[in-house]
Amino acid sequence: MNPTGTENSAAADRAADRQLPPDWHQMLRSMLCIRHFEDQVKALFGSGLVRGSTHLCQGQEAVAVGVCSLLTPGDTMTCTYRGHGAVLAAGAALEACFAEILGREGGLCKGKGGSMHLADLDKGIIGSNAVVGAHLPISLGTGLATQYRKTGKVSVAFTGDGSTNIGAFHESMNLAAVWRLPVVVVVENNHYGEYSPLAATTSVTRLSGRAAAYGIPGLFVDGNDLLAVREVADNAISRARAGQGPTLIEADTYRHEGHSRSDPAKYRPAGELELWLARDPIPRFEQVVLAAGATTPEELESLRNDAKTEVKAALERAKASPEPQADRLYEDVYR
Amino acid sequence: MTAELTCREAIAQAIADELASDPDVILFGEDVGAAGGVFKSTVGLFERFGPERVRDTPISEQAIVGTAIGAAMMGLRPIAEIMFADFAGVCFDQLANQLAKYRYLTGGQACLPVTVRMANGAGAGFGAQHSQATENWFLNVPGLKIAVPGTVEDCYGLLRAAVRDDNPVLVFEHKNLLGLKGTVSKDPYRLGEASVVRRGHDVTVVATQQMRHRALEAADLLAGDGIEIEVIDPRTLVPFDDEKVAESLAKTARLLVVQEGPPCGGWGASLIARMTSHHFQCFDVAPKLLASAETPVPYAARLEQAWMPGCADVVDAARELVAS
Repeated sequence: MNPTGTENSAAADRAADRQLPPDWHQMLRSMLCIRHFEDQVKALFGSGLVRGSTHLCQGQEAVAVGVCSLLTPGDTMTCTYRGHGAVLAAGAALEACFAEILGREGGLCKGKGGSMHLADLDKGIIGSNAVVGAHLPISLGTGLATQYRKTGKVSVAFTGDGSTNIGAFHESMNLAAVWRLPVVVVVENNHYGEYSPLAATTSVTRLSGRAAAYGIPGLFVDGNDLLAVREVADNAISRARAGQGPTLIEADTYRHEGHSRSDPAKYRPAGELELWLARDPIPRFEQVVLAAGATTPEELESLRNDAKTEVKAALERAKASPEPQADRLYEDVYR
Repeated sequence: MTAELTCREAIAQAIADELASDPDVILFGEDVGAAGGVFKSTVGLFERFGPERVRDTPISEQAIVGTAIGAAMMGLRPIAEIMFADFAGVCFDQLANQLAKYRYLTGGQACLPVTVRMANGAGAGFGAQHSQATENWFLNVPGLKIAVPGTVEDCYGLLRAAVRDDNPVLVFEHKNLLGLKGTVSKDPYRLGEASVVRRGHDVTVVATQQMRHRALEAADLLAGDGIEIEVIDPRTLVPFDDEKVAESLAKTARLLVVQEGPPCGGWGASLIARMTSHHFQCFDVAPKLLASAETPVPYAARLEQAWMPGCADVVDAARELVAS
């Protein structure tokens, strides 16, 4: 799958007049941390420390970070099982995320959730969900509470291209539109629903076009361009906060890894991964930052090293967390 | 309160009292608002509480239940209606995978005071997809509480208790009992408390909803033969008040469970398994499960009546237990 509608993005990246937001440093660091986090999870899986399955998001960092950088306390976020990035971008602690994936007592969910169930409710992170599209109706509910209490908060839901074909997607888009809920649905179009390319399973592959069926705005964006994602998300989130209802965003992106731990992604056409690696959102944003004169190559290197060190240290702390005692089994079923 | 109400009026009254006493309570579902509900159990609520708190939804059961989950996580106490309990099938994921598990999966972070109301039960000729005792589908899903009110008083009391509970509660309102009359009490209910609705010393009969009423009819007939059955209505299937059943069994030594719905995987079989495992010494004779036929619910009146246990079946079963 070639990136669509983004042919001039490289030139745009280098344009000197591109305005860097004041928190660019934080956003870059967040993307770097997610990348290192996922690389570490892959290694942990390889060494048998992660149980079951895990779904990595290297390559999709700009979508999570661009959107979540706009969230403020009281906003909520749900995401897919490929959600480590979104959960971290929304402010969950690296250590607690690692510990959860390792099945430790100190995990975000005390080891009860695992890789596909990361949640930190105090931070509005309603969490990742292991059933495709099932979190979308839940995002409507957090949006409804916001609307009912007139708090001006927003409910953001990341979802995959594959989820646009499940019933919960349609039900949610329609109800969000009918009730004008403050919901922003961000389709992370990484071009594969599990092992199948989007075009093999989906009649209309420009997914933002689905919005027309619900009478709401549908926005397409280069999901590997951090600032473009942020701009589009800003419009949608502002609209939601102002009571103008939901927006559907399609962010065009790519997962560098296969669907899950058991998928070497051999179905990808030759050269496709390389094409997308050349559009990796992290080096692209680094170029933007350098072109804007906001930092030096040396400072950038130091930022990269800091992120790497931070992630490694968090992992070491997570590894020190004990496994939950067996008697915790019965806790948290009922309140 | 001594005025006589129907079950459907008691349901509307319970919701009205919750809406009036707590601004965090909201009600939504298909036609629950302007139309007053397809079973007329929400009549007057839309007019009294307005469209923000009493909301009509599209025919989208997944969205209805999911919305309730999200709203509850933000501190509301939503009451969601999914009309016919059979439609739990189209939102099974939201009920069984999301609602039931969110608290556990988040290590106790999520609090889900969600009430899901649905109309179950056979006997009114609605056919196979609108008549099932689907409460049995959820017995194998830890994380849900299940209420099965069978009287006007229980419809009111259990629904209010469900809304007050901090856990997800599925409330099954039996279609064939909606017109039943009775009075309600404002005394708060506790979920998990069975009611001994008739005292007796010969056979312990456990039954819910429609079957409870058939058991009571049977009790009158059996009394004519000198057989006194004790009728217990558990009122909630989860949690289940095993203690009251065991106490009764200690006295009668005979157990008859009358269940609407096929026998396999139902609450009756589970109850018998628990009682025989934990109280084997109490039994004089093998326990009996009287349940529906292992077929879908048929439409024709004679077939539908044949499908589920009737009063005469209860009488026969009780006599057999006493005779053996």
